[in-house]
Amino acid sequence: MAKGILRVKAKAKGGKTKVKMMAKHIMESGQRKDKKTGKLIPAKFLQEVKVEHAGKVVFQANMGTAISKNPFIGFTFEGGAKGEELALTWVENTGKTATETAKIK
Amino acid sequence: MSMSRRTIVKALATGGALFGASVLMPRLAMAAWSEKAFTAKDQAGAMDALLGSNQLEQSADVTLKAPDIAENGAVVPVTVRSKMANVESISIFVENNPNPLVAEFMVPAGTAADVSTRLRMGKSSTVTAVVKADGKLYSASKEVKVTIGGCGG
Repeated sequence: MAKGILRVKAKAKGGKTKVKMMAKHIMESGQRKDKKTGKLIPAKFLQEVKVEHAGKVVFQANMGTAISKNPFIGFTFEGGAKGEELALTWVENTGKTATETAKIK
Repeated sequence: MSMSRRTIVKALATGGALFGASVLMPRLAMAAWSEKAFTAKDQAGAMDALLGSNQLEQSADVTLKAPDIAENGAVVPVTVRSKMANVESISIFVENNPNPLVAEFMVPAGTAADVSTRLRMGKSSTVTAVVKADGKLYSASKEVKVTIGGCGG
């Protein structure tokens, strides 16, 4: 698997897993203008991020253009243990998509 | 023999692809990204498109943590928490943004209704967190002042 854009820190504690993830992404809103040409820079942002654990969706985010650059999302779900894997799927508004995995620590 | 073998392999491959697509489709359908809601220009319209209603009930059980003054509108940290049971989704709206809907977070059973993220704000505005629980909408709002806008350039 190619190196992904997501950086994930997942920590299991007391039967719960706390996940913090950050995506390296410009999140271009489509409202900015190119200073040289004066034209609008087309929007390019992450639309969806879905997190699965043991085949079950534990979290899903549908995002708009107002999420900041290099988006950060933190959440907690019940279950999960050290060494288990999370599958993270992201979809860009351009249709680009990928699934990345991360280990729970 | 070799010809028919070829056709069988081909048929299998197409069948496999179709099967794969049919398995993937429902998952894609579930992850519905509402274009109408995300491109809506006013908050009520965005809420209607996303949640089917803009009738909100202010609730003390919804906690919205956001700064009073955001120095940089491009990065405003926000945390939404709720103690309610059966929370289905959490959405965040910024009233004065070009498109008020910021994000919608699905919270399946077993996941805590506690989400933090960072958002972009064009100018000072009211930030509203809407929690959908048991089919009803509960909200909490907070005024956030922005000294440097995060939209446009």
